[in-house]
Amino acid sequence: MRQGLTGRLMGLVLGLSFAVAPAGADEPPARVVSMNLCTDQLAMLVAAPGQLHSVSYLAGDPRGSAMAEEALGYEINRGLAEEIYLMEPDLVIAGSFSTRATVAMLQRLGIPVAVFEPAYSLDEVRDRLARMGAVLGREEAAEGLIADYDRRLEALKAETGHRPSAALYYANGYTSGDRTLAGQILVAAGFENAAVAAGISSGGILPLEVLALLEPDALITGRRYPGASRSEEILDHPVVRALREERANGAITDRDWVCGTPFVLRAIEALGPLRDEIAAD
Amino acid sequence: MARLAIGLSVVVLTLFLAALTLGPAPIGPGESLRALVVGDAGPLSLVMREIRLPRALLAIMVGASLGLAGAAMQGYLRNPLADPGLIGVSGSAALGAVLAIQTGIAATVPLGLPFMALAGALVGVGLVLTLAGPRGSSLTLILAGIAISALAGALTSLVLNLSPNPFAANEIVFWMMGSLADRSMVHVALALPLMLLGGLMLASLGRGLNALTLGEDAAEAMGIGLMRLRLVLVFGTAAVVGAATAVAGVVGFVGLVVPHILRGFVGARPGALLWASALGGAAMVLAADIAVRVVLPDRDLKLGVLTALVGAPLFLHLIYRTRREMA
Repeated sequence: MRQGLTGRLMGLVLGLSFAVAPAGADEPPARVVSMNLCTDQLAMLVAAPGQLHSVSYLAGDPRGSAMAEEALGYEINRGLAEEIYLMEPDLVIAGSFSTRATVAMLQRLGIPVAVFEPAYSLDEVRDRLARMGAVLGREEAAEGLIADYDRRLEALKAETGHRPSAALYYANGYTSGDRTLAGQILVAAGFENAAVAAGISSGGILPLEVLALLEPDALITGRRYPGASRSEEILDHPVVRALREERANGAITDRDWVCGTPFVLRAIEALGPLRDEIAAD
Repeated sequence: MARLAIGLSVVVLTLFLAALTLGPAPIGPGESLRALVVGDAGPLSLVMREIRLPRALLAIMVGASLGLAGAAMQGYLRNPLADPGLIGVSGSAALGAVLAIQTGIAATVPLGLPFMALAGALVGVGLVLTLAGPRGSSLTLILAGIAISALAGALTSLVLNLSPNPFAANEIVFWMMGSLADRSMVHVALALPLMLLGGLMLASLGRGLNALTLGEDAAEAMGIGLMRLRLVLVFGTAAVVGAATAVAGVVGFVGLVVPHILRGFVGARPGALLWASALGGAAMVLAADIAVRVVLPDRDLKLGVLTALVGAPLFLHLIYRTRREMA
């Protein structure tokens, strides 16, 4: 303990002069803390038993995490610098949207932090897996996961003739274009993203009246959170209802859609029946 | 007087038609109005009837409510600073509405949302009138209003922050600044009954408010029951402001600006100012709602931002004038 503290202090001094170094180059990190929902899941998939010490509290929430049950086996952190520092990790993995102040403070304290960008496409899921393998010193495990991912994705992409149009619609009228992970899930499942016709390529607000005029074949809405909000009221708007009623099957985006992990394959798979149903009409 | 009525009606009608023909979807004006009236079960009619029509109707209803409430409060208190937003009535109505939504009353009880907003507004009006007194000076009125607004705003934020819904906390800005985005006929139906009731109550106050300009004793001598007038005023204001806030959030300054502009046109008679302010309020909110769609079409700019940009300078001017009068 004493030594650990001295080491930390040394690290603090060294950390000022050294740039952000992801895990030590020679030896794989033995005590890793992840503080972002998506890196949590990637780390749980790739890490060796006992290597990952803690994941974020969001990883245990089944509404947003595809690995909520697995997350129960780890310590939970809330992304606070103090709390993470006391866990004495030799590597912290953060998302690029994690609190900057926290990441900067951990770096000042000499703890190596690997920052992961979110995946915006199905291809980037491979990159993230590979990078996770690299920072954890688990390249082989990552390669196995990537090979499996590629194989399953190829099988799912089996060519489809006609592409029905679908729009993603979330609270506040937000939608995802084709340059987003959700948009790519849609395309991989054999749909055409209707938001693209409205000129939205990344994420953005799709006004209700524009949505109505687009008349997508399917409307895939965000899942509801408990409690009530005005933001989600838009999903009850008569126009949205009318669009959904034409297709009885109201698909929703769920936890498999959130992060760039192999679980996106489940999301693609789940859209299959909806696509077939529309194609049959 | 008739010229004013016709002029205001023409302005409201023009703005109403403009509100119906403007929107993010590129539809020609002739085409859109035809789709509204004829209806073809296609997407165009859906857009006109379920999106633009309710929005334009709500702008008229909310504006008329706030203008009317402002004119009535100002007439009763004989104070040009009495605006439902400024004196905390709208803020308390928003608290009532937020409580209704977060407790689930809005979803389970028919008209639960506007009635809870009415209850909130009642508490707000009641507190203000108690704190400021029937002949309250501008200072006590505004101070009471600030205190009630601050408390109601804080409680609204608290309720939204405690909500398990991750979107709720972001909606604080909606409840503070108001918006008519993505409303539907459901909201028209929610707001209309209470607005009609409250509007009729306030409209019946014209004679009493006119008499009150001569002083309370003179008004009583003319057979005006002050107690009754006060009650009708409180309930009427709470009903229209509550219903408006429940569907559109707090839209400030309409009840301040509109009576101020129109007072000169009606010979400073509070009775006539009532209907004039209702029409003027409708025009102001319609114009503001058109502006938010034209200026920043994809940003959901809040209505209250525009009304405050117009209203706050006028408010400062009125405070300055009040200070001179008091000195």
